Amino acid sequence: MKPIHIKKEAFGPAMAKAMETYAVAGPVPDREDAKRRHLFRCLEKGETPDLEYTATQLSPKALLFPQAETMFRFKVPSGGKKAPFLEAESFKERPLAVVGIRPYDARAFDMLTLNFDSKDYKDPFFLKRCHQMVRVGLADTTLKDTNFSTACGTGPFDTTALDILLAKTEDAYIGTVITAKGKSFAAAAGFEAGSAEDTKALARMKQEAESRMRPGPDFSALADADTLDLHGEDHWARLAFSCINCGSCTFSCPTCWCFDIQDEVTGNDGVRLRLWDTCMTDLYSAHASGHNPRQERFKRFRNRFMHKLKYFPDKYGQGIMCVGCGRCIDNCPVGIDIRTIIGEMNAKAAGAAKAAGTAKTGGTDKATEAAS
Amino acid sequence: MELNDTLRDIAKKLLEEGRVDAVLGFRQSSLAHMTEPFLATTAEQADQLVFNSCCRMNLAVYLTPDLFRSGRPESGKKSPRVAVTAKGCDSRNIVTQIQENRYKRDQVHIIGLPCTGMADKAKLLAAAPEGIDTITEKNGTLILSRDGKETVVSKTEVLQSNCLSCIIRNPVIRDEMAGDPVPELDMDSHPDRFADVAEIEALSPADKAGFFETLVSDCTRCYACRNACPLCYCPVCFVDESRPQWVGKTIAPTDVMAFHLLRAFHDAGRCTDCGACEAACPMDIPMRAFTRKTIKDAREGFGWETGMDLNLRPPLDRFDLKDPGDFIR
Amino acid sequence: MTNPYHPYPVTIRDIRTETEDKSLKTFTFVFDSPEDESAFDFTCGQFAMLSVQGVGEIPIGIASSPTEKPEVKFTVFNTGKVTSHLHRMKAGDAMGIRGPLGNGFPMDRLAGKNILIIGGGFAFTTLRSFIESARQPENRHRFKNIDVVYGARTPGMLLYRDELAAWEKSGDINVHITVDATDDQDWPYHTGFVPAVTERCAPASDGNTLAIVCGPPIMIKFTRPVLRDLGYRDEDILMSLENRMKCGIGMCGRCNIGRELVCHDGPVFTLAELNGTPGEF
Repeated sequence: MKPIHIKKEAFGPAMAKAMETYAVAGPVPDREDAKRRHLFRCLEKGETPDLEYTATQLSPKALLFPQAETMFRFKVPSGGKKAPFLEAESFKERPLAVVGIRPYDARAFDMLTLNFDSKDYKDPFFLKRCHQMVRVGLADTTLKDTNFSTACGTGPFDTTALDILLAKTEDAYIGTVITAKGKSFAAAAGFEAGSAEDTKALARMKQEAESRMRPGPDFSALADADTLDLHGEDHWARLAFSCINCGSCTFSCPTCWCFDIQDEVTGNDGVRLRLWDTCMTDLYSAHASGHNPRQERFKRFRNRFMHKLKYFPDKYGQGIMCVGCGRCIDNCPVGIDIRTIIGEMNAKAAGAAKAAGTAKTGGTDKATEAAS
Repeated sequence: MELNDTLRDIAKKLLEEGRVDAVLGFRQSSLAHMTEPFLATTAEQADQLVFNSCCRMNLAVYLTPDLFRSGRPESGKKSPRVAVTAKGCDSRNIVTQIQENRYKRDQVHIIGLPCTGMADKAKLLAAAPEGIDTITEKNGTLILSRDGKETVVSKTEVLQSNCLSCIIRNPVIRDEMAGDPVPELDMDSHPDRFADVAEIEALSPADKAGFFETLVSDCTRCYACRNACPLCYCPVCFVDESRPQWVGKTIAPTDVMAFHLLRAFHDAGRCTDCGACEAACPMDIPMRAFTRKTIKDAREGFGWETGMDLNLRPPLDRFDLKDPGDFIR
Repeated sequence: MTNPYHPYPVTIRDIRTETEDKSLKTFTFVFDSPEDESAFDFTCGQFAMLSVQGVGEIPIGIASSPTEKPEVKFTVFNTGKVTSHLHRMKAGDAMGIRGPLGNGFPMDRLAGKNILIIGGGFAFTTLRSFIESARQPENRHRFKNIDVVYGARTPGMLLYRDELAAWEKSGDINVHITVDATDDQDWPYHTGFVPAVTERCAPASDGNTLAIVCGPPIMIKFTRPVLRDLGYRDEDILMSLENRMKCGIGMCGRCNIGRELVCHDGPVFTLAELNGTPGEF
């Protein structure tokens, strides 16, 4: 872990230098008239990631998992003639460095990887990009009220999913190089070495940022809770009442990976695309017969939260599928707050655990009674 | 008495007397600048009801066949009666839904909310970049407090743009009011009412295309606008049709534009400019630029204002020899 | 890294209409390349994506047995966008197949056991794959008694009519065919619903019989108590599920039942396993 120190005026030139070796992506203002909004995208020559940004409405997941991706091309068969399936070009992309990613958003990349890198199947598009990518993080010192990343086991300064961590001070970006990949990027960008002072300042900033965060939700009882009990609780229709089943939460979520597959044809040429999909819609799980296992709106709502908070942890044993970025809370048009849902689920789970504990103790008492 | 107290008293009374099975309203969300649509079925729950400048959603969205089927099954009634709290625009959408035979007038008990407009989410957050713990409304101002520090903004400055050109702030139909009616803005025949539309109309076709393309360029097709819209209740939306597929599913400009344009046309003569679509959009897309044009055309071509009178039929479901455009004759 | 979304190019060799209402057709495919043909190494109970360029993909159970390769067969019900397109295609047309996908029937568990196969309507396809495979001389000794209960609404709605007759004649498996109703005075088989015929004809289980059940939900619902009364444990009842799928390789998300993905963890589950899921299928 080597400290680095980049004067703010040196940052632009450093990025220009890095671009000689890497394709660089980062947060930039969406449009001149949209000051509030930044988005992550691949930068053109001459552009610099704007590390003064506060938040992005969409997570940077599109850098690894674009909303629309060509999986392969084809010719439309006609007149019994053979029509080949052709590989997509996205295999030829340059290694990408994402500069300015929030540490918790980088952690989300690792969660997505669990899905796209299974024992039996490897998603070549996601994994190729992911393996090549250098993650240069920017500590979140402008935390929104809705951020509960520390409760999710990551946080505004989490280094576990980063190659380099930077943090913004008055006149410089200070930080630390975490991995060999990070070291190569720092060398390519010509980042100046920092001092022990910078390391101390970074630790101080981390503590200061984390202490300012609002208390996160408690989901301690969920891990041991029975899946069918959580699923069968009677609160789901009530919790889901206000949900209009749009895709605002899923599209802005850094850990939602569901996708649809569609063919698009122009003349004789076609592409098979994969597109972000959302579990909130009827179409997502409707069978061709018309039957839908999640026909009622609350069932889709329940599936989303159960997936993030129970199915995923049970399947992978690596905690919940949420990094606490808070985007779904900020973006929800009807004011649904995942922290509230977690709280309700946890309360039910804790209640059930307590009841089971009491029953057990009761049993023991009776056994003692019988013995005496 | 404060409006919120009156509102809760009305709701409690309706529920206790068994006159309705549920009251559809808003409650405070976890965020100070948000409220959540909420169905109170007990007097106790009715205590959570609120009405303030952050009730941006249009509750007519929730008046679905499912709600009327399931309102409170234990009451044993086949078709429960629902009370709904309604702003001016909500009430116009209720009128529209009744005209479109979604439900009957006597199935809903309308608790009228005198409305002075909704505060734009983005404007509020911009006014208090540090965050907002609570919002208090007083004499046309909003007091945004954060850790004891107060930011006072004038409500007019943070209003949603649709509320600035609102033609009716008190519900057009109602069974009772939760407060005294507020004065109307008299915007319906104001010369500036459609200034925004006129500005776009004046553009060249190429500039218009460019304008709209930029307007929707951030759309992720999450359909929050559609799902927040009380007009968009088709069992299968045209964008979800797959046999045959009408519209591509990508975020390519043609697909995105097809969605927004067709949705706007489908809303012609039906849109009340309630602004729920824009309030719902996570990408802050001002898509009312599309529907505003249909409102202007419905007015200019047919003298039509949506949802103002239960006894009138909408222009697009009737034929009149005096209709403009002779292509139909 | 290979692209798991890339189909193998295939050609339709034969299309056969199976049922009197023409809603079911069996497609026989051959692979365009011998490498693809050997790469498509499947077991009974697996499925594949039938992939039509410009139309889309649809997951369909493999109806042929591995012993019938190089041909592979799929029986397709005309219901959605891709299947209705398939029904309009002709022998000689080019398309793609992606797979094999899913877990298939647990052949190791089935080995050495009595097998009771219960099928209803057009869910009989992967059951045909198993029966056709198990009847082969090189495989038949691996299983003890094999009983097949198969029903459809009418005689004209039974799949694989000729084969059913041949199976019955051969005597190496016990075939119990039934239809809900028929006005054919000479109908040589059973009439009545599948659960009732199962009750009458199926062997009881002493713990050494596995049941494979595929059919419409209503058939499955009424067959369950029959099997329970016959002594079948939930872990000895195998079922094949269909949920909406897109990727078929456990990535796109939609076919989940709780943490299980039907396309990858299934489509074959024991009833005991399904009892432990939220049942969203």
